Amino acid sequence: MMGVVNTIRAIGHRIINAVWRIGVASRFFFLTLLYSGNSFRRFHLIIKELFSSGVMSLIIIVVAGLFVGMVLGLQGYETLKRYGSESALGVMVALGLVRELGPVMAALLFASRAGSAMTAEIGLMKATEQISAMEMMAVNPIARIVAPRFWAGVISMPLLAALFSAVGIFGGYLVGVVQIGVDAGSFWSQMQAAVDFREDIMNGMIKSLVFGVVVTVIALFEGFDAPPTAEGVSGATTRTVVTSSLAILMLDFVLTAIMFRGA
Amino acid sequence: MTFPKGKLIAIMGLSGCGKTTLLRHIGGALKPDRGYVKFDGQNIHELNQDGLYAMRRKMGMLFQFGALFTDMSVYDNVAFQMREHTDLPEDLIHNLVMMKLHAVGLRGAQYMMPSELSGGMARRVALARTMALDPVLVMYDEPFAGLDPISMTVIGDLIRSLNDTLGATSIIVTHDIQESLKIVDYVYFMAQGVIVAEGTPAELRVSEKDFVRQFVHGEMDGPVPFHYPGVDYRQALNLRV
Repeated sequence: MMGVVNTIRAIGHRIINAVWRIGVASRFFFLTLLYSGNSFRRFHLIIKELFSSGVMSLIIIVVAGLFVGMVLGLQGYETLKRYGSESALGVMVALGLVRELGPVMAALLFASRAGSAMTAEIGLMKATEQISAMEMMAVNPIARIVAPRFWAGVISMPLLAALFSAVGIFGGYLVGVVQIGVDAGSFWSQMQAAVDFREDIMNGMIKSLVFGVVVTVIALFEGFDAPPTAEGVSGATTRTVVTSSLAILMLDFVLTAIMFRGA
Repeated sequence: MTFPKGKLIAIMGLSGCGKTTLLRHIGGALKPDRGYVKFDGQNIHELNQDGLYAMRRKMGMLFQFGALFTDMSVYDNVAFQMREHTDLPEDLIHNLVMMKLHAVGLRGAQYMMPSELSGGMARRVALARTMALDPVLVMYDEPFAGLDPISMTVIGDLIRSLNDTLGATSIIVTHDIQESLKIVDYVYFMAQGVIVAEGTPAELRVSEKDFVRQFVHGEMDGPVPFHYPGVDYRQALNLRV
């Protein structure tokens, strides 16, 4: 009997703890927005963070995008060939990337590279009392440390997703047209005719913007909230990657259902 | 506990007795359950965030291991507060930073990153950063921790000379009795969150109080027992008596 009570108590404790953390994270997000003005007045702070979160993610995005596009080209050709629609390969690769794989894969890669780095950096700043030192110098750490990183993440994410899609389409072209021999004219012209700027490209961009906000807030909050120990920082880094990845996939379903239902 | 203007005062006591907590109260990082902290005529924990930040601009704090910003050079660390809180032109900031670094003997280390500094150098850079805006109150949290004897003497002398030069008030939280008795004007001893003894270094050196004697002379046993309270030793060894 006591075992059951303890189990229920433990479950309740976890739920209360989770709700509490969501509340604290929401307050953190609100404060980040509130103190963002300073970041825009001193835009060089955002540019510095754009370099470390955006530019430093370019290699992984380009390489992953190329290979995902090449796989799409191969798999798409094999499927379309059965229906005699090989010429639609360009459409399939482009829509798959622009609507789904570009935003989702770029966000997952961003979470694991830039997100984890943000969490570890802020967690270590906390563990080595750098954040306390900043507060004692009458400098608000949310305005000085968190807000520039947040906006750098939000700006980087759609650009990285667009780059992922562009490189992926090029990868699909390499495999479909150069290697397999699909007609280049139909590859590009069908893509141009079928991909709609507002319906497909803009919706993909909106998705990546939402993912950028979510991943960056999770990464920054986990770092800021990390216990100031080696174990605490490593746990926070792991939580950033796991929570961000799950949030991206769940949000992707919700956004896809809203954007493309019946389209 | 009072800290008169211009004085250098040490707070000593065993680990966990509340010394750092007291500094956090003075800096406004914690709110007391009872009592108050008054600085420059104002009750610190009654201030809102803007008021607290305005108050902190008059304070400086040296953290135990320096807490230098690891993504900034020595120069940028010292210039940090000047850039954040003033509209001074960059060439004037440069001169001020050079003066601060010169005062701690590290003018030549301006381009180095914190990871390239030894423990003593990092503490001196942190000291220069703490003094960047000429605070009227400077707090030092274990400034001698982990330093070699030479660095310890250098830091001690710098704390004393900077305090006198700036006319500031300084509070040192430390375990290092011998080094701190050389430089401070007055000492408070704390145990379990309360003051158990106080006096000038000369008074404390000849004090007959058991706690002070044990602390000043580093005696192993006394009012502070060597053994942490626990079950009887014979019982712990499962011996039948």
